[in-house]
Amino acid sequence: MRWGVVTFPGSNDDRDVLRVVERVLGDEAVSLWHKDTDLRGVDCVVLPGGFSYGDYLRCGALARFSPIMEAVRAHAAAGGLVLGTCNGFQILCEAGLLPGALVRNRSLRFVCDVVTVRVERTDTPFTYGCRTGDLLALPIKHGEGCWIADEATLAAVEAAGQIVLRYTDRAGRAVPEANPNGSMANVAGVCNAGRNVLGLMPHPEHAAERLLGGEDGLRLFRSAQAWLGRSAAGGRREPTVVPGP
Amino acid sequence: MPGLVARVVVTPKRGLLDPQGKAVQQALHALGFGEVTDVRVGKYVELRLHDLAAADAEARVRAMCERLLANGVIEDFRLEVGTERT
Repeated sequence: MRWGVVTFPGSNDDRDVLRVVERVLGDEAVSLWHKDTDLRGVDCVVLPGGFSYGDYLRCGALARFSPIMEAVRAHAAAGGLVLGTCNGFQILCEAGLLPGALVRNRSLRFVCDVVTVRVERTDTPFTYGCRTGDLLALPIKHGEGCWIADEATLAAVEAAGQIVLRYTDRAGRAVPEANPNGSMANVAGVCNAGRNVLGLMPHPEHAAERLLGGEDGLRLFRSAQAWLGRSAAGGRREPTVVPGP
Repeated sequence: MPGLVARVVVTPKRGLLDPQGKAVQQALHALGFGEVTDVRVGKYVELRLHDLAAADAEARVRAMCERLLANGVIEDFRLEVGTERT
């Protein structure tokens, strides 16, 4: 599988993702620059964490107008896989590729922690290899990770099963105490209507090697590999592609 | 001919939680300003414009707000266009 990782000015998890793709997954990693206009044939494009454009104006607000984003938009519209972590999630929301927005943590504090997230849906490429209810331990590090949407959007997203990951306690209960940033409905990760674009605040790339504290993040990467392999073989679970968030 | 200046104020949407405003309100209460019942912290953006007819300016600036300066999911904006003060 061929993964592309976009570097925006201010991205800082791009190399970590490239490392996981090459060294841990043994896949092909393509480094993409924000001024590129071509995704060079990647199967999945990753928008990494960091502070693109210094988080000026709003997190992700300026990065969404980078030249590469037109290619990302086209890739997504054609059913290609897109994964946004942390700042990448913020960019995807700003770009309108995912519903809602990410704002300052309710505590007003930057949080750096390992959290538990529960897999809500397995009908996305990135959770294809999980079971509903699986709990993953993933690191977070963000100041603006509070996901919000208006009531109608939240209801629509819930009804369509677009909430893919939720913050829970270790017993898998989505209680307020397990919510690190005040996100509505404990949302940690959300996908688009077509299910091929996923954004999440936690960092799967920082939970991909035992030496670094855990491997749960690998399940998202390996899911995408398996999903792609399956759909290439004419599998049945290819998501239907609906444009828009 | 004086240039145009657009003044844009971006605020968190009404009814939407503004933790920053809450924190400022608490600080004001702690300082003895108990009359404050609500604080919303937003942004002020000032734009200098040239080669633009005053009649077209508002629509242009509105488009700037909708595309970039404000995020309609979480923010409201208001704007005014005037001439540059010297």
